[in-house]
Amino acid sequence: MAETVGLKARRAGRLSGVDAFLWFVRVVVLVAVAWGSYKSISSGRLTAAQWRGLIVAGVSQGAVYGLVALGYTMVYGVLRFINFAHGEVFMAGSMIGFFVANGLSGTAMWASLPFVALLIALLAAMATSTSISLVLERVAYRPLRGLPRLVPFITAVGASFFLQYTFAGLFGADSKAYPPVEALKGGFTIVGFRFGKVQALVIVATIVMMIGLYLFVERTKAGRAIRAVSEDQEMASLMGINVDRSIALVFAVGGAMAGAGGLLYGLTFGQVDFLSGFLVGIKAFTASVLGGIGNLAGAMVGGLVLGLIESLGPSLVLFGLGVPSAHQLQDVVAFLALVMILIFRPTGILGERLAEERA
Amino acid sequence: MAEAVQTDLREELLPAREVDLRRSLRVGLLGGLTAVFVSAVGMVQSFDEAGLVVGPLSFGDILLLAVPFVFGVLAGQPPPVLKGFAEPTPGARNVIAGGVAGLLTGVVLGVFVALVDTFDVRDIFTRISPELLDILTYGQTLAVGILIGLVVNVILGLAGGASKLLGQRWRRPLFRALLVVVMLGVLEALVSQILRGARLGRVQDALYAPTGELQLPSAIAIGLGLFGLGLWLRDQPRAVRERIGAMERERRRLVAAGALVALVAVLGILPRVLGPFLTEVLNIAGIFLLMALGLNIVVGLAGLLDLGYVAFYAVGAYATAVLTSPASQAFSPELSFWVALPLVILAAVAAGLLVGTPVLRMRGDYLAIVTLGFGEIARILFLSDALKPVFGGAQGILRVPDIAIGPIEFRGPELFFYAILAFALVASYIVYALQDSRIGRAWMAMREDERVAEAMGVNTVAAKLWAFVIGAMLASFGGALIAVKVGSIFPNSFNVIVSFTVLIIIIVGGMASIPGVIVGALILVALPELLREFQEFRYLLYGALLIVMMLRRPEGLIPSRRRARELHEEEVVQDAWLRAQAADASATPSGE
Repeated sequence: MAETVGLKARRAGRLSGVDAFLWFVRVVVLVAVAWGSYKSISSGRLTAAQWRGLIVAGVSQGAVYGLVALGYTMVYGVLRFINFAHGEVFMAGSMIGFFVANGLSGTAMWASLPFVALLIALLAAMATSTSISLVLERVAYRPLRGLPRLVPFITAVGASFFLQYTFAGLFGADSKAYPPVEALKGGFTIVGFRFGKVQALVIVATIVMMIGLYLFVERTKAGRAIRAVSEDQEMASLMGINVDRSIALVFAVGGAMAGAGGLLYGLTFGQVDFLSGFLVGIKAFTASVLGGIGNLAGAMVGGLVLGLIESLGPSLVLFGLGVPSAHQLQDVVAFLALVMILIFRPTGILGERLAEERA
Repeated sequence: MAEAVQTDLREELLPAREVDLRRSLRVGLLGGLTAVFVSAVGMVQSFDEAGLVVGPLSFGDILLLAVPFVFGVLAGQPPPVLKGFAEPTPGARNVIAGGVAGLLTGVVLGVFVALVDTFDVRDIFTRISPELLDILTYGQTLAVGILIGLVVNVILGLAGGASKLLGQRWRRPLFRALLVVVMLGVLEALVSQILRGARLGRVQDALYAPTGELQLPSAIAIGLGLFGLGLWLRDQPRAVRERIGAMERERRRLVAAGALVALVAVLGILPRVLGPFLTEVLNIAGIFLLMALGLNIVVGLAGLLDLGYVAFYAVGAYATAVLTSPASQAFSPELSFWVALPLVILAAVAAGLLVGTPVLRMRGDYLAIVTLGFGEIARILFLSDALKPVFGGAQGILRVPDIAIGPIEFRGPELFFYAILAFALVASYIVYALQDSRIGRAWMAMREDERVAEAMGVNTVAAKLWAFVIGAMLASFGGALIAVKVGSIFPNSFNVIVSFTVLIIIIVGGMASIPGVIVGALILVALPELLREFQEFRYLLYGALLIVMMLRRPEGLIPSRRRARELHEEEVVQDAWLRAQAADASATPSGE
């Protein structure tokens, strides 16, 4: 007993420099955030309505992150591996969604039945992303199961590159502008919050999708199988669960969500190119870590929080600290958020939901 | 009795005697999809502009023809048998399997051509053009073209399958000779420059037509010559290796030192032979080599997957530029390169600690993503208006002066080559010396299992920080050199693609292996610079290469022996088990 205490003490002694540094970072960040927020709110640069606008934008952006984050978090929950190419799965959905929407925008349907047309585009995007996700799993990840974790991760990095430049080769490297949807122009106000119609659509679609996913995972047989596999693969297979199929299903569902996110992203920002998946992918991963990886609800929460951090951060903190042209640093805020979470609370807001670490 | 059981078992375990039709069809389908892919993504057409051999054959054609052949070879290859079982003797079924695969490849490609011809998809697939169709139909009408394509694919598939009949002894020299001839055609610019530099203009004229294609007779002659040479020298490399292996330690060292001196001497006169353009290509590869050597420590030795390595490169470049150039607005001490260098190294060390400390306790894949984030943060900060007075924002920093030793200025690619060479030699030595040092062993222990390493008394905190710091230092050398070489730096040249390129170099070359990293840098950086047609598909091929390497050869082309053993631990164990079984079997009398 005494020995272990001694060991611990020595270990703590050795780490103390690092710990001191990390504590210093924590304190500095907290002080900076508090001071910056105080300064920018008291300066009155933005009106309350503008702040609310930023919040709505953050929520709708965060919803897309959440949808993409689901794919990361589910795959991580089952395989303990970051599917780095998931951002490209998202981009593929967005890209094919564009082509379908663009094709439909020339028809009468686009004006008369816009939501049916969008639904078709949505299904096409989801189908594309699902199939790419499945092919990835089959070709690149399945043969590498059980190897050191960095091996499939590096493969995923390669797949990400491959997909990016395949799309650039097939469809051209220029950015594709989504056709405008008449029915989604304008907006409305609910209790002081002004929603653009697109933002409202994104939020509603995400909620519907989340409920569907929740029911699928919690209530269906296949969902139960997935949960069993993420708990213990070997035991699940002994119980008669087809592990390969369950894992493929996880990739399929994650891909479908990313595809849906892709189309919604396209509608929000109006354009997509072959590199769009990179940033969204990293941010969605950040969201899944933020919420607690392996945790479905966590992915959504993490997405929303990250969306808010990203949209409010520059105006709230950086502006208050006197940083010029703070909006260029939006991505820096997002990445710093990732670093900070991993320092402050590596298990995320809602906590990780992983079976015991076996790696 | 026992013998009868054994033969029964063997019959059962051997692959079926007839053609495995499903397998050949699957391989053929993959071949067809590959052919469609390279066509639709634009490779065939782009490569078509590169002539290969005088006459109708372009590199694009070779690409198209290679697909059924390669997949024919794959289909003709019998499925792997367990060690200890005899491989079935090759026969007609290998050829037929190859032919079936070739046929399906042709069918898939034919369907693609027919579809593309009937439906206009140019608005969506930008690369599917009439010119591509023209290539795919061999310049004939649609029906005739598809028919020719089918026949050609079947023949090549059959040929691929038949190559199995040749046996290892003939096949390997044949494939090597074919590959060398194709490379000679592809690398025309490089080869003729070398020949010209070595004053062998006559050879060059014999080899290449004035337009740059290989002359057909000389291509055939070279192919045959290499094939003969390959047959003749079949066992030579191994014999040489064995002879060196058998030498005493002292003499082996002597041979190694002699080889090294010869290598350095060759490197010394290289710029003269290569001329400015090729030296420039080599310089770029050298800068990537410097970074790869550094990342090799972080990833290869210490096992910390750093995807934001470009940050250190950027820090090196910006520190050099700010300290030496007069162009930075807020701060420009205009030091000379050599005075600035220690400060650059200091900046890199600080950056290494800054990135290394927060990630100390993260698990491997989180570390990768966080470092990726740091890489992007660095780029965005250098780009931002907030730091514009120092780093120049999007306009970057111009007028970075050249390196000078006394009156000599390292200007122009040829002189600059020596600067890069010096740095590369120093870096190689650092990595070489560190590999087997105390810290090097600590890194490798940590790579294998952090917890166990810690329990064995390795100070993992210090080891990790050292890895980041030394990696950052080597990358900053690369950055300093690129800043001086180009004379100006812009934030967008420090994007994530640089990190990935360096990562791919060390993975393809072989993790934790210095020769591997050098070869990797030459293949992955210098080669694409030489092949203009490759440029736009460079990253596509990088990605594919990364996947294939991880699936087939995770230890890299020239692996470090230790690393390879770790990755194939299971196989090694299996082999040992089989050997033990064999030993047991021979030890116990057969009558029992």
